[in-house]
Amino acid sequence: MPLLILRRLGNTIPTIVAVVLVIFTLFSVIPGSFTSSGDDGRMLDAQVMERMRKELGLDEPLYQRFGTYVANLAQGDLGTSFRTREPVTKIIAQRLWPSLKLTLAAMGFAILVGVPLGFIAALKPGSLIDMATMVVAISGLSLPKFWLGLMLMYLFALTLGWLPSFGYGDGGIRHLILPAVALGVSPMALLARTTRAGVLDVLNADFVRTARSKGMSEYRVVRWHVVRNALVLVLTTIGLQFGSLMGQAVVVEKLFSWPGLGSLLVDSVFQRDIPTVQGSILVIVLFFLLINTLVDIAYVIIDPRIRYG
Amino acid sequence: MRKMLLAATALAFVLGGVAEAQTPRKGGTLRLTGPYGASLGSFDIHTTPRAQDGIVAKILHRALYNWDTQNNKPVLELAKSVTVSADGLVHTFKLRDDAYFHNGRRMTADDVIWSYTRIMDGSKGFPGARYVRIIKGAVDVEKGTAKEISGLRKVDDLTVEMTLTSRVDPGFYFFNDTTSILPSEEVAKTTFAAAPVGLGPFKFVEHVPGSRLVAERWEKFYKPGKPYADRVHLMVMGEAAARDVAFRNKEIDTSILGPAQYVAYRADAELSKNILEVAEVFTRNMQMNQAFKPFSDKRVRQAFNHAIDTDLIIKRLVRDKAYRATSWLPIASPAYDKNMKPYAFDPEKAKKLLADAGYKDGFELEWTTSQNESWGLPIVEAAIPYLSRVGIKVKAKLVETAVLTEVAMKGDFQGYITSNQTGPDSLSTLRCFDSRTPRTACNYTGFNNPAFDKLLDDAAAAPDEAKRNALLSQANAFLYEEAPVWFFNYNKAAMAFQPWIHGLQANATELAHQYPEDIWIDERSPAAK
Repeated sequence: MPLLILRRLGNTIPTIVAVVLVIFTLFSVIPGSFTSSGDDGRMLDAQVMERMRKELGLDEPLYQRFGTYVANLAQGDLGTSFRTREPVTKIIAQRLWPSLKLTLAAMGFAILVGVPLGFIAALKPGSLIDMATMVVAISGLSLPKFWLGLMLMYLFALTLGWLPSFGYGDGGIRHLILPAVALGVSPMALLARTTRAGVLDVLNADFVRTARSKGMSEYRVVRWHVVRNALVLVLTTIGLQFGSLMGQAVVVEKLFSWPGLGSLLVDSVFQRDIPTVQGSILVIVLFFLLINTLVDIAYVIIDPRIRYG
Repeated sequence: MRKMLLAATALAFVLGGVAEAQTPRKGGTLRLTGPYGASLGSFDIHTTPRAQDGIVAKILHRALYNWDTQNNKPVLELAKSVTVSADGLVHTFKLRDDAYFHNGRRMTADDVIWSYTRIMDGSKGFPGARYVRIIKGAVDVEKGTAKEISGLRKVDDLTVEMTLTSRVDPGFYFFNDTTSILPSEEVAKTTFAAAPVGLGPFKFVEHVPGSRLVAERWEKFYKPGKPYADRVHLMVMGEAAARDVAFRNKEIDTSILGPAQYVAYRADAELSKNILEVAEVFTRNMQMNQAFKPFSDKRVRQAFNHAIDTDLIIKRLVRDKAYRATSWLPIASPAYDKNMKPYAFDPEKAKKLLADAGYKDGFELEWTTSQNESWGLPIVEAAIPYLSRVGIKVKAKLVETAVLTEVAMKGDFQGYITSNQTGPDSLSTLRCFDSRTPRTACNYTGFNNPAFDKLLDDAAAAPDEAKRNALLSQANAFLYEEAPVWFFNYNKAAMAFQPWIHGLQANATELAHQYPEDIWIDERSPAAK
């Protein structure tokens, strides 16, 4: 097992290098710079812009900037934000926990609702509950997060008055519920569909038919055969969704004024705060890779037959 | 007699009631909003020119001057008085003796000199440098040839002498937040940008990045009895739709309205009662590059202004959330001439002007634009059919807002639509059409007219404010005639506010920049305690 973990982690290094290279190059060649990203009519003075470019190292050649960036990165230094003039590591650290909290809550919602729904639907194929589940799943997948978030605000904050409509508050659960649901509906829907498909697949497998023909009770069939075998597919979906959820949180975080990495990334992109963009994307990618590695390890635990090269 | 007595009693009751209702109440939490999308940047206000950070600056910091929103002019803030030499160049400020930083130390002349010197640090790109540059010797510090600004002299602990390079009103320069006076001992700390110390009415308590700022009353603030509120919460809320829900849900006290919300709020019987509107000092316009041959002819530029039904675009597309621009200077400008009439929508006249200029069959134009809903692609698309009718075939070139500045500075455009900060200082904003102003400095159109330059020079040398404004008004009329831009509109900023909040001001320099020390909330506010 330790060897597996090491090998998986080793495989992520080329991915990280490629991501760093692509992000750096991309944000260095696209037009517009931090100094020219002023808001409504507030352009900077030309001399100030020039001084700022020098101060931020934007006047240096691309290869030189890349070299400095990689050298700093090797020492765990993600650079200094153009916008706040603070270390990117510090800025990201401030945003990481709210993002993780939101992602975990959204995924928790998705798993707690999506997986049971998918199971129930698969166990009663063609039933009313099956059709209802699929309607929920398709709607959940197709609803834009922005619109859904707004509807949740209108319903639970404005109409019912149960929850606050925005913000982080004191970090408590009341402020977390609406953004988590808005973010979690899409993976919930996907999980419901995947679970249903996975369970149906297993239910139609030969070994399940054999188990049933041997007189095994339906409860035991589901408990011992279906759950375990369907779980690999479900786990894959959970891993992929969980990994990408932090990146998907952008819209929700902006809408709910949630202090996470997503909103930081959007602000930084529009203001061409390249070090913060690079740092944020890097952390999101690392999170994705980490979750995938954890999922791979979980496969082996669930199904010891699985082996990696 | 009895009737008169009754009427007098009733009147006294009403007036008394009004007076009581208007007596500022102490306590509670102000829940303001930062509506400009981006999370707050640095609280070291010297480093950032953004409108969003300017809202924070009004809470935490103070500059030498402030903006008088009622009279639309700068007024002394950190100084009690100023005397000006006969040549108008030497200004001697008597500083307040009751201004204390949030660390408890009293502000002195050293702080003013230190702050301005810091802003001119040549190794840094502090945006306030453009303002401090008017002090004699400031450029030397910027270039690194001097360590001190020669035009600044400490007379005593509370007196500063400032020598300027030209005869301008320093108030227009030193009311800007980016020239706030900061305490050097606090700035030296690595934590300053995240936990600032200033001279403002509220002191920093907490910042949840991307979400909110919390500040509490500074008990030693120099204005007696102010601030009224105990705390300020500034919520970062870039999404207009989310702000709308939060406002209707009474979770916030103010909300800057976008065009869609503006229409909805005006149509609502209750919400429409509490909308604060102001013509901000921003002029939306299309800049015409004089290097692009057709635009080098005044008649073509005038034709452009006549060809578009600007009023209709403002009414239908901008939803009346703008004032028709007559020329470059905005309504709040001291040199604005309210008798000026905008270009009339007259396609026939436009055609004739084009024909006279040798463009009988029109010409093709590449119009660079951003996606901005108020001064971007939607406006260009609305203008295209009008221009087409007079023979100007427009191809829209879409770029990001961050790119627009670079396009402008390089002169890499035929025409581009933008929003320019055109005030409050009329002289400096008109300098953007001075032929001696380089394109990179703001003469984006490359406008060149010696007669116009002379008008500006005369205004700069004018002996008094009235004469200066008269000359600047003339210069503005000159620009109207020359039409180096399509005069589209002046931004009408609109802010919805809850009925329990009082003391908001129609700040033409930026409506979102409120003076929190003047704001108070009555007991109806959910955050009154």
